[in-house]
Amino acid sequence: MFLAQNSEHPIYLQLASAIEDDILSGLFQEDTQIISTTELSITLSINPATANKAINLLVDQELLYKKRGMGMFVTPGAREKILLRRKERFKDDFVLPLLKEAGKINLSADDVIAILTKEGNDDESDRA
Amino acid sequence: MNLIELNNISKYFGKTKAIDRVNLTLAPSKIYGLLGRNGAGKTTLLNIITNRIYPDQGIVKIEGKNVVLNDQILRNVFYMTEKNLFHEGYSLKELLYLCKDFYPSADLSYAHTLAAKFRLNLKQKIGGLSMGYLSIFKAIMALCSNAPILILDEPVSGLDANHRELLYKEILEIYAAKAQTIIISTHLIEEIAALLEEVIIIDHGKLLLQESSEMLLQKAWIVTGEISKVRSFAKSMRVLNAKTLGQREEVLLFGLISQKDLIAGKNSGLDFAMASLQKLFIGLTENTEVNHE
Repeated sequence: MFLAQNSEHPIYLQLASAIEDDILSGLFQEDTQIISTTELSITLSINPATANKAINLLVDQELLYKKRGMGMFVTPGAREKILLRRKERFKDDFVLPLLKEAGKINLSADDVIAILTKEGNDDESDRA
Repeated sequence: MNLIELNNISKYFGKTKAIDRVNLTLAPSKIYGLLGRNGAGKTTLLNIITNRIYPDQGIVKIEGKNVVLNDQILRNVFYMTEKNLFHEGYSLKELLYLCKDFYPSADLSYAHTLAAKFRLNLKQKIGGLSMGYLSIFKAIMALCSNAPILILDEPVSGLDANHRELLYKEILEIYAAKAQTIIISTHLIEEIAALLEEVIIIDHGKLLLQESSEMLLQKAWIVTGEISKVRSFAKSMRVLNAKTLGQREEVLLFGLISQKDLIAGKNSGLDFAMASLQKLFIGLTENTEVNHE
């Protein structure tokens, strides 16, 4: 889990999103413990208050829960929840910026679709 | 509770006003960054806090007690000075024992562990250390002292990148274990930004701001776009500096931007990025502020 050096988001949001990524990828399984605030702070060289803020954000969203005296655990259903939300945000975060850039260089939506279809097929044949 | 309190502190050197009516309160168990340009008064302020020099005006209190000639209180503070104040003939080992005399709860075995991590031979004399290793040794003393308040004045001066990174990690490690109050004064803002919980900026002896680093960074924006659009967006905000390139302008803004304004700005074709603490610092202390009046 590493943070971008120059991002338009504050560190705690980047960190929260990096933890979400690790839940998505299955690195942190549901009902298992995640890395502690102290470890996060030391490994990433960030103030523990910042690490705490990221963790608390995920607790507020019920993606993590606290086991007294033990640490933070992944809430059952967290992965599904993150998937759903990321899908909702996919349009705003990725598709609209893509179309904006396409517009700048005179690519139509159809041109973009053609590229996507080709890349998607290539990607599948890569995997095969 | 206020751990350290500065009340209306001023200090003159001859006719020069080095510190100008500074009021500050620091809470316990936070990592503070004391930032300022060369000659801004950082070291003078730290010397006053630790009663090395006297202010011409004002009072410093630690745990509610005046620090002047107060050994009891000052034993709670380890002040790592930028200069070496020890006699050059002492070996590092001897100095660690000396440290233990002044700070009885100092952990010398931890000092040895740190020395090994930094590959510092403790048998040598302090006079023979390179600038980098002198900083490392002073930092080791501070970290092992177990004082509840650590003041580190330019702790990484002369250190290579590997050792700087190692020192930042060690600072966070001891802070995680002991939750001391740590004040770090430094020029290397970019590197240390993420370590800080609160930022204090002084300029020309005056307190410019004291704020949590997170709040501060939420107020620091770089906005770029067509000149007229940028200017109309920035109209009611503090513009710390502006650069034009052809028909485009880039401004550093200081202030909160509401979600609504952010979306409206983006829709009108402006680009927004968060500025780093270093960019903000330069903007605040460079006198390039733009007045649209």
